[in-house]
Amino acid sequence: MGGMTISEKILAYASGKNYVRPGDIVDAKIDMAMINEITGPLAIQMFKRIGLEKVWDNQRIVLVLDHQVPADSVKSAELHKIMRAFAEEQKIPYLYDVGDGGICHQVMVERGHVRPGELIVGADSHTCTYGALGAFATGIGSTEMAAVFMSGKLWFKVPETLEIEVDGSLPPMVLPKDVILKIVGMVGADGATYKAIEYHGATVKAMSMDGRLTLCNMAVEMGAKTGIVEPDDKTLELLHGLGIKEKKYAILKSDEDAEYAGKISLKVSDLEPMISCPHSVDNVKPVKEVEGKEVDQVFLGSCTNGRLEDLRVAAEILRGRRIKENVRMIVAPASRSIYLQALKEGLIEIFVRAGCMICNPGCGPCAGAHQGILAPGEVCLSTSNRNFKGRMGSVEAEIYLASPATAAATALEGRITDPRALLKR
Amino acid sequence: MSVRVKGRAWKFGDNINTDLIIAGKYKLSITNIDELSKHAMEALIPGFAEKVREGDIIVAGKNFGCGSSREQAPLVLKHIGIGAVVAESFARIFYRNAINIGLPAIECKEAYRIADGDILYLDLAKGYLENLTRNETYGVKPMPPALLEILVNGGLVNYVKKYGRLPWQLGE
Repeated sequence: MGGMTISEKILAYASGKNYVRPGDIVDAKIDMAMINEITGPLAIQMFKRIGLEKVWDNQRIVLVLDHQVPADSVKSAELHKIMRAFAEEQKIPYLYDVGDGGICHQVMVERGHVRPGELIVGADSHTCTYGALGAFATGIGSTEMAAVFMSGKLWFKVPETLEIEVDGSLPPMVLPKDVILKIVGMVGADGATYKAIEYHGATVKAMSMDGRLTLCNMAVEMGAKTGIVEPDDKTLELLHGLGIKEKKYAILKSDEDAEYAGKISLKVSDLEPMISCPHSVDNVKPVKEVEGKEVDQVFLGSCTNGRLEDLRVAAEILRGRRIKENVRMIVAPASRSIYLQALKEGLIEIFVRAGCMICNPGCGPCAGAHQGILAPGEVCLSTSNRNFKGRMGSVEAEIYLASPATAAATALEGRITDPRALLKR
Repeated sequence: MSVRVKGRAWKFGDNINTDLIIAGKYKLSITNIDELSKHAMEALIPGFAEKVREGDIIVAGKNFGCGSSREQAPLVLKHIGIGAVVAESFARIFYRNAINIGLPAIECKEAYRIADGDILYLDLAKGYLENLTRNETYGVKPMPPALLEILVNGGLVNYVKKYGRLPWQLGE
């Protein structure tokens, strides 16, 4: 009997077993379940259609309004109303409404709903983000969420784990986003389907929690069930800051003799800024290969790169400068508390003076459902996670994905720009 | 629900994502599924929803349904009459969502042999897919029994209403 990976340990514990192997089907207890206003109303509809009246545990459900906040149409307003009514009816205390929360994944982390060792499901594919805290977190559909609301449990096929080891210190202007884009390019859009991705190595250890959240966030872009990082001092510091007591979580690590489905090693000391080109996330190139391409819009934000560290990097580049005429730059802090801190640090003023438009905390232009919609023929450089055709508006628009530094440099120049070019000046 | 489906193949490529199946700009509102469904696959085939006939089968390459967890993706396909999705492989959330709403999602490594417009006959119980146009038969990946049970009953909601429990809780 070989050792277990952190993912196997969490699934074993949640299903009351001492040992699980990849491929085992387990019926596991859910620690937290999250819905947003896109997937939640459908889950609620299914819950009612089954004929259920009460959720299994109203302290383990989180509702977040984030895709279309504030409501931009009667349709969105209706979805919001369904969410509020359900929270009230089920006496669920954790409803993060307009003005209070932000992007569901950021809210889950900063409001203390994610703890190491937990099994978390969210009706949103980027739920895998929480692996940055050493939780096993994965996206599920609305009907399955109704089943979770009913029973507090869900079946899982224990995934194989793909180990990704990242070593070396990141060069200036090369960020965690560049690391994950490089990885997505190597693994491919379906290269990790059904697998858990475990990030290891000195680079990951040296990375801030914001950076680790970026890494884990994009695991699903490789088809993975989750992305996960072993908790360490930085994780504990975050939990401590949130006032989460030690007995409330379990610090798990993979065993020395744990079995992996494969290993990818990446040295990043020479890594360049990377960019994902239209129309698939794994179409990744060094930024310099597409430098000069004119853009109409730049978006800084999303559950991938709307955190404080991201805003700081971009603000540092934009400080005292103005973005190019004919380019619009939209900045959406990922949450209310990030917004507040960015205000305190003067970042918001830098953005506004540079000519950026600040949008309210939420998914913003990323999901193409709310603000910053693209017209046919337009080009957008975004710090988000998907560049699918039509994702941010017209199917005839083009989306490039890159880091906050590349985004800021591109907004200044009006064309795709390697942020290292600014260092030379 | 029958697990026998006969219809015309609509052929698509690899990595057909959920934004292509149903775009976020339509608000993904479930309050009017008729209206939402009109936009299914429109970025790839304009007017697709109007062209599909009951029982038609989507045939695709690798990683069908990648991207978002929106269950609206399989829902709109089912709503416009798609009887099954046959693909070389599926993204995991789409796969589970499809089964849970009672839309057969069938893994078939030989999907590439099927051409647009071929008439297909799928019998899930028999575990193979027939191409009536080409007089060929393809193997399909067997579905775990619990999932097949969900499908046979027309989805997870119908299953729970019928049996009063979840299909994976058999052992309790």
